[in-house]
Amino acid sequence: MSKRIYLSTAIAVLLSHPFGVSAANDADLQAIREQIQQLKQSDEQRNMQLEQRLQQAEANSQQAKSVAAQAQAAAQQPVRSSAVPSSENSFNPAVSLILSGIYGQLRQNPSIPATGFAMNANNTGYTRGFSLKESELGIAANIDPQFRGVGTFSLDPAGGISVENAFVQSSALGNGLNLKMGRFFSGLGYLNEQHAHAWDFADQPLVYRVLWDNQIGDDGLQLKWLAPTDMFVELGGEIGRGRGFPGSDRQNKNGSGAGVLFAHLGDDIGIEQSWRAGASLHETRRENAVSNAVPDLTGTVGGVNNSFTGDSRTAGLDFVWKYSPNGNFRERYLKVQSEYFQRKENGLLTYTSTGTGITDTYSNIQSGWYLQSVYQFMSTWRTGLRYDRLDPGTASVGAPIAGKVISDYAFNPSRLTWMADYNPSEFSRIRLQLAHDNSRQGLADNQLFVQYIMSLGAHGAHQF
Amino acid sequence: MKKALYTFLLLLISGNVHAVLNVFACEPEWAALTQQLAGDKASIYTATGPLQDPHQVQARPSLIAKARSAQLLVCTGAELEIGWMPVVLRESVNDAIQPGSSGNFEAAQYVAMLEVPTRLDRADGDVHAAGNPHIQTDARNFLPVAEALSKRLIQLDPANTAYYQQQLAAFNQQWRAAIAKWEKQAAPLKGMPIIVQHRGFPYLNDWLGLKQVAELEPKPGMEPSAAYLGQVLSELQQHPARMVIRAAYQNERPSEWIAERAHIPAVMLPFTVGGTPQASDLFTMFDDTIQRLLAGLK
Repeated sequence: MSKRIYLSTAIAVLLSHPFGVSAANDADLQAIREQIQQLKQSDEQRNMQLEQRLQQAEANSQQAKSVAAQAQAAAQQPVRSSAVPSSENSFNPAVSLILSGIYGQLRQNPSIPATGFAMNANNTGYTRGFSLKESELGIAANIDPQFRGVGTFSLDPAGGISVENAFVQSSALGNGLNLKMGRFFSGLGYLNEQHAHAWDFADQPLVYRVLWDNQIGDDGLQLKWLAPTDMFVELGGEIGRGRGFPGSDRQNKNGSGAGVLFAHLGDDIGIEQSWRAGASLHETRRENAVSNAVPDLTGTVGGVNNSFTGDSRTAGLDFVWKYSPNGNFRERYLKVQSEYFQRKENGLLTYTSTGTGITDTYSNIQSGWYLQSVYQFMSTWRTGLRYDRLDPGTASVGAPIAGKVISDYAFNPSRLTWMADYNPSEFSRIRLQLAHDNSRQGLADNQLFVQYIMSLGAHGAHQF
Repeated sequence: MKKALYTFLLLLISGNVHAVLNVFACEPEWAALTQQLAGDKASIYTATGPLQDPHQVQARPSLIAKARSAQLLVCTGAELEIGWMPVVLRESVNDAIQPGSSGNFEAAQYVAMLEVPTRLDRADGDVHAAGNPHIQTDARNFLPVAEALSKRLIQLDPANTAYYQQQLAAFNQQWRAAIAKWEKQAAPLKGMPIIVQHRGFPYLNDWLGLKQVAELEPKPGMEPSAAYLGQVLSELQQHPARMVIRAAYQNERPSEWIAERAHIPAVMLPFTVGGTPQASDLFTMFDDTIQRLLAGLK
């Protein structure tokens, strides 16, 4: 009986030891600890000695109290567990996989470009019938105290892997500077940096499709500076090879092929509203950018090949505002966002029909905007509406090609889209989307999409 | 022109040279505790409101801007803020508050965690690997957190050591007395069977001896369907409960639905400072919690 009490007292004293008992009775406790080992062998004689030692220790009640106090304080340190066996995979990065599939019901062939934008990108990202969307594998971790690495790999349903993002990020410069190197989505606009699984609609706004090939990423450097102010003020710049559209991926050249500047402002209005506004500028030099099947004034069947070499300069404005009763985004919120981009292209156009090319000056201003709103009316359901509009501009074309190149399409592509999605959890989403697509003159399309987007693995944190 | 520029630069710099410690508190309860311990030595920004679900907060631009100049981050931890804090930390490019640095304080590291899952599978809903993060519903948890937070304040601002020690001693004394008072008041609640809407109260149950017989969420973080609520209702026949409890930020419908059919009161608890008009600080938060539970018992 008394043996058990002594044993537990001894263990209690021992337990308190690793947390920093004062040096005064260190030696005592060390000895006790050794003897506890021997106690296990039930050596009665040694037990008696231990008892005496413990009685001595207890007699020094002042010390015992301080031990207890320190043990209590130690309990307030982060709880330390015993070391786990060493293993090679204990520094595994955060891994996540996005799975997505879509069913599309379309009246028109999705590969027909928006009227006036045959020389732009035209990747709708959807097809008729069932199709798998890109599966996105994300891996991220701190590399060392200076760098963090992120890789996002897109597994194409048709086969093959493409590197969507692969960059390292560093805050080592201090002073609010954030440096990114590698392949990343440009910080221009609002939607551009968001990954496809975070989009509120199954596809990007028309203006993103035609001016940025849905999303512009480049290989290069990005430097952002966050101002030390109460209001969110962020300035950023990027240089890169000009890989993504409208860049034409400079081959065998030194220097930078594209540049971006952007500024973002943002703040809260009370606890219920928050907003962000931005302006951006993108510049690149396009070289021998070939477009096939471009309609011409002479009505060539199947269109002609145009090749453009010149400067492309795009300016944009973006705005997003979110409102949630009591700021509780879990229950209900309203999001309104809009972006506007205008691109000015200036250079030489080579018009090629039946094998012979004629080159002359070409300049044009294209623009587009969208306005969309998403409303989460209960924690698992959202609905949204989006309106898109494009202006193909009126091109100034040099006299030798003026009779061949269409300079004024006199048509503004537009589209109205509605969606509703059901979100059983943060990690799954099932969406229905209907669109009246009037982006191709004389080919109005009613579209229906059903889509699922799911993420598994590491819990991602979403941007604003 | 030059003068204006210098003035502007000075203003920018002076924004940084505060005499007080810039604290970024993730939840109102930690803002309140920091306020108790640091008094006027800290300027505290609270990232979330009392009626917001702390699991789902937007990484708002304002949070990034505030985190940029914070010297101390006081959060719950245990993955409660995992959906938004990583973005805020990354975008703030503030080395002083990154995980592992002395400016990053996670309260959950200083208390014994409950409901630590033995298996990690999202099929079990929104589970947190480190255990249930809603530690602020047990008043006793504030003692070790206060002790550790006070040490952290001293570490970051040694010039005011005496002040912080004095504040901590005063807080400890008042808080221990308050705990004794609350435990006495809450004695009738011991063993009382309750239903919870979200698995948010294990620490409260552990402290006051409430007996949780059912949850309204089929899995943590999942909204209950009408069918599931019906099932809970029928199970209540075998295990009757005295009341159904929810946090102030939660939708009242599931609780009200059950309460009406099972003829038991639906009790809304503040859950954090400011969750109810009465819960204006840490002390009144527990006063109000216990008053509301006792009122439900009548």
